Amino acid sequence: MGNYISKIFGASPVAPIQDHMELCYKAARELITFFEFVVADDWDKVVETRAKIVALENDADDAKKNIRMQLSKALFMPVARGDLLDLVLVQDKIPNLARDVSGLIVGREMRIPAAVQDLFIEFVKRNVDAAKGARKTIRELDELYETGFRGAEADLVIELIADLDQIENDTDALQMKLRRALFAIEQELEPIDVIFLYRVIETIGDIGDMAERIGRRLELLMTH
Amino acid sequence: MEHMTIYLLLATAFGLFMAWGIGANDVANAMATSIGSKALTIKQAIVIAAIFEFAGAVLAGGEVTSTIRKGMVDSEAFVQSPELLVFGMLAALAAAGTWLFIASRKGWPVSTTHSIVGAIVGFAAVGLGGDAVKWGKVGAIVASWVISPLTAGIFAFLIFTSIQKLILTRSDPIERAQRYAPVYIFLTVFLISLVTLFKGLKHVGLEVTTVQAYAGSALFAAIIAFVGRYFVMRIKVDKNAEKKFHYATVEKVFALLMVITASAMAFAHGSNDVANAIGPVAAIVSIVQTGAVAQKAALPLWILVLGGFGIVIGLATYGRRVITTVGSHITSLTPSRGFSAELAAAFTIVFASGTGMPVSTTHVLVGAVLGVGMARGISAINLGVVGRIFLSWVITIPAGAMLSIVFFFILKAIFGS
Repeated sequence: MGNYISKIFGASPVAPIQDHMELCYKAARELITFFEFVVADDWDKVVETRAKIVALENDADDAKKNIRMQLSKALFMPVARGDLLDLVLVQDKIPNLARDVSGLIVGREMRIPAAVQDLFIEFVKRNVDAAKGARKTIRELDELYETGFRGAEADLVIELIADLDQIENDTDALQMKLRRALFAIEQELEPIDVIFLYRVIETIGDIGDMAERIGRRLELLMTH
Repeated sequence: MEHMTIYLLLATAFGLFMAWGIGANDVANAMATSIGSKALTIKQAIVIAAIFEFAGAVLAGGEVTSTIRKGMVDSEAFVQSPELLVFGMLAALAAAGTWLFIASRKGWPVSTTHSIVGAIVGFAAVGLGGDAVKWGKVGAIVASWVISPLTAGIFAFLIFTSIQKLILTRSDPIERAQRYAPVYIFLTVFLISLVTLFKGLKHVGLEVTTVQAYAGSALFAAIIAFVGRYFVMRIKVDKNAEKKFHYATVEKVFALLMVITASAMAFAHGSNDVANAIGPVAAIVSIVQTGAVAQKAALPLWILVLGGFGIVIGLATYGRRVITTVGSHITSLTPSRGFSAELAAAFTIVFASGTGMPVSTTHVLVGAVLGVGMARGISAINLGVVGRIFLSWVITIPAGAMLSIVFFFILKAIFGS
């Protein structure tokens, strides 16, 4: 009944984007237990964990679609619609990578060579740390909106992004170490298995890269 | 004059109906930002609205009511047959009330101000001829419809930017919020009081000199600011809320400030919109009593009281439901934004009331919200809805005019000779 002024306020995309990031991080985090089960050779648990990752990836996809639908072109926002959609797209790559990795392992019944197991788990954990760092920065999105992307809060987020970059550097260093270690023993292993193992390492490393890109996208939002 | 009693009865009935409609529907829009930002509960909003709508209508509604009553129509043209002016004003009221009813039902944007102005110009121009309308004044009114949302927008932009620079972007926002809150309170109360004292109190019978206006406003504002400071300093940091949102306590401070601006909005709305209901009634009463709309005749106080009363009744009987619906639609408006928009809107509207310009309070508030949006303050504004609201006058003015003309000729047929 003529109560239209409230309708000029559109739904804020901030909470949906933060919730989406939660799902993406959770999917990545499952990889730690996933690979611990692989190393422990508990294949039932491996398959179970993969199912969890797939479920989380599906939820993230649904959340992403909802965000897209909500961000109509008629909305006037402090952040460009394209920038927000790009951010969500990058966030969404993380559960996709987790799903790819777990699918590869389960499909080929891959095992991690004993000599590199410890280093491998450390590598997975550090990439998940990167995803966690990305989540930390995205958690500040509502505060960034509150302050207009400037001032003390913006400085805080820039520091968080710098920390994130540092973690991603660590994952790069670890990846080099891991590949070196694998190189040292690859002659003793089945060639096809080794190729796929390198691919798995690369894909896990992409998670760290995506996390860093989330930080970059957030920086872009702030400077526009 | 024949049928005097009937005209008076009809005038009072239509006028009260209009006022009731304004209280039921329009007040909700004025209070929307307070409710939406969760700064006030529904109950608090209704109490504040009831008190301040009435106060605004009586203390500051005189100038606009005078404009509606005699500012747009040239009473010279009615000297021969003053009852035509009675028919016209009755028709305008009936038209505006009908349009308010229809459009509200359909959920279309409706400005009570646009409706009544369109209706009055309609019956005067068609019922009597182009000479009957003071086109200069009407032109000024239309200009004010463009200028008021713009100035509200600019003002809101400046206020919110100041909040960002002084409080939100700093590393000690809570302390700063508590420090600057009294300043913002002072600013709000000072500006509203100043305009009211300068222009509004004439019709209550009080004449105030310039010095008295400034001094009185400053004193009143200082007192309120002092009281406000006491409550602001009592706000404690809520550790749990701060974890989820670092600015929860800062926004609590602004929620407190919004009590002031909500009162200001209600006051402003009452001051400008009471005229839509009671301006035509005042004209009719004047003609019926004296046989003409004397240009110099003072506006009787009881008319403003009647209008204010009608608005409060409308608010009390139906307004609660509308306000609840309005509040439920707004999901993410923080008090700092609501405060900026309301302060800008309230001041603009009261200023318009002081200068006798009937403006659309909704357009002004939308303009203010856009101003905050331009300062990157609102997460999402639906421009489609904004456009529809700003373009609503295209339908409202002709609709009001046509209905008014129809009712005018009907009344002329029934009562005329």
